[in-house]
Amino acid sequence: MIRFDSVSKTYPRQNRPALRDVSLEIERGEFVFLVGSSGSGKSTFLRLVLREERASHGQVHVLGKDLGRLSHWKVPHMRRQLGTVFQDFRLLPNKTVGENVAFALEVIGKPRGQIRKTVPEVLDLVGLGGKEGRMPGELSGGEQQRVAIARAFVNRPMLLIADEPTGNLDPQTSVGIMKLLDRINRTGTTVIMATHDQQIVDQMRKRVIELEQGRLVRDQSRGVYGYQH
Amino acid sequence: MRGQFVLSEIATGLRRNLTMTFAVIISVAISLALLGGALLANQQVNSMKGYWYDKVQVSIYLCNKNDAEIDPNCDRGAVTGQQKREIKADLEKLDVVEKVYYESAEQAFEQYQKQFKDSPLASSLTPEQMQESYRVKLKDPTKYDVIATAFAGRAGVQEVQDQRGLLDNLFSLLDGLRMAALFVMGLMLVVAMLLIVNTVRVSAFSRRRETGIMRLVGASSFYIQIPFILEAAIAGMIGGVFAGLLLVVGKLTLVDNFLAQKVELISFIGYDAVWKVIPLVLAVGVLMPALAAFLTLRKYLKV
Repeated sequence: MIRFDSVSKTYPRQNRPALRDVSLEIERGEFVFLVGSSGSGKSTFLRLVLREERASHGQVHVLGKDLGRLSHWKVPHMRRQLGTVFQDFRLLPNKTVGENVAFALEVIGKPRGQIRKTVPEVLDLVGLGGKEGRMPGELSGGEQQRVAIARAFVNRPMLLIADEPTGNLDPQTSVGIMKLLDRINRTGTTVIMATHDQQIVDQMRKRVIELEQGRLVRDQSRGVYGYQH
Repeated sequence: MRGQFVLSEIATGLRRNLTMTFAVIISVAISLALLGGALLANQQVNSMKGYWYDKVQVSIYLCNKNDAEIDPNCDRGAVTGQQKREIKADLEKLDVVEKVYYESAEQAFEQYQKQFKDSPLASSLTPEQMQESYRVKLKDPTKYDVIATAFAGRAGVQEVQDQRGLLDNLFSLLDGLRMAALFVMGLMLVVAMLLIVNTVRVSAFSRRRETGIMRLVGASSFYIQIPFILEAAIAGMIGGVFAGLLLVVGKLTLVDNFLAQKVELISFIGYDAVWKVIPLVLAVGVLMPALAAFLTLRKYLKV
């Protein structure tokens, strides 16, 4: 599903590489935590998977494609097989919950009939059935994140990338979000989640990949958060 | 492609940047009206050139008794019958000459009296003071030099005059006006392009949240960019329509109701010429802003 072959990334006008010689493989259907302090390279790792950045050295394979060689105009099609969730939800405040989810399908040209059918289904799945007409501002943080997850998942991606999805949420709400991500993972979708949340990592007992100053320092199945900060 | 979605995006974008959109429309309208005006002026000059060059001739003025005393070109005395016959024969031998007319001093006198009947000078003139002349019609009016080199300075010839020279002053004035119009158009077009670049930039910035999400969920770059490009193209098209209206109004007020009444000798360009220029104006009005938007997006909208 994802393979990094001695990948390094140095941003322009910076001496210290954000990622140094990282090699790893993530299989289909896995649930992976990406941990490490701020600036350890977690975001760079995710940006490379999303092909928002290209590796300076080494190769990044996602869904069987070498992203270094993927031509520019094929990138959108690659991204349609990925779903992305962020700490700050990134919902459109002037659109309803249903419209926010539908937006993801509209802009890739899905037919209206399919959108009308899929959106309520996926909102049911994330536990927001019946809240289709609400505005994001009327929802709690946890509910907004569920909308974002619904939007990321509505196109049934092979891979879900979550960048600190519980970073803005209280512990109890976080547990709900984690249950949802776990359920999505059980449908066969690979989930990669960058997080600082020790409690969640320790509870879930999934594979843990730890980065430190751009280096891969730990890759542990059924791991724990493992370091204090 | 979901047309309705794109249309609503465009409407929102245009409304959000209403003042900028107006600025774009006005500057595009002015620059394109100047472009159309310059093109029409060019056609006008060309049609006038064709018309007048057909009429004008090269005149070979012959020496009369008066000239023999005061003009150094005529110091060999007034023209003789022998010289006249030779000049006429030589003229008819030349390839570039289409026709030769002879104007006697009496005819020139009558012509002068008719043309300047109000002038006090006309009454003091006598037929003896007028010159005989050969009026030469050329196949190609630009070949004046051939006549000038062959006959200037010849015995009995006072002066070879290209009447085209008189018109060329007028045409160079019109040319100058056209160049000035094109120059102002160029400036206005630059202003219009800068405004479009800025409008698109503001538009892209105010919609960065949407475009960011579109990028993440895998919308194609065409889909992301097309609302911005169409926005610019629509503003440009409205400007183009205004420019077309300005041209029609200009033709109606300036040419039909003013110039055509004051200047009767000239046949002015008709509406067919205007209708031909307007599609071009519209095409430029749509394509230039669209291109400017496209190039701006490459810089300001990461896809």
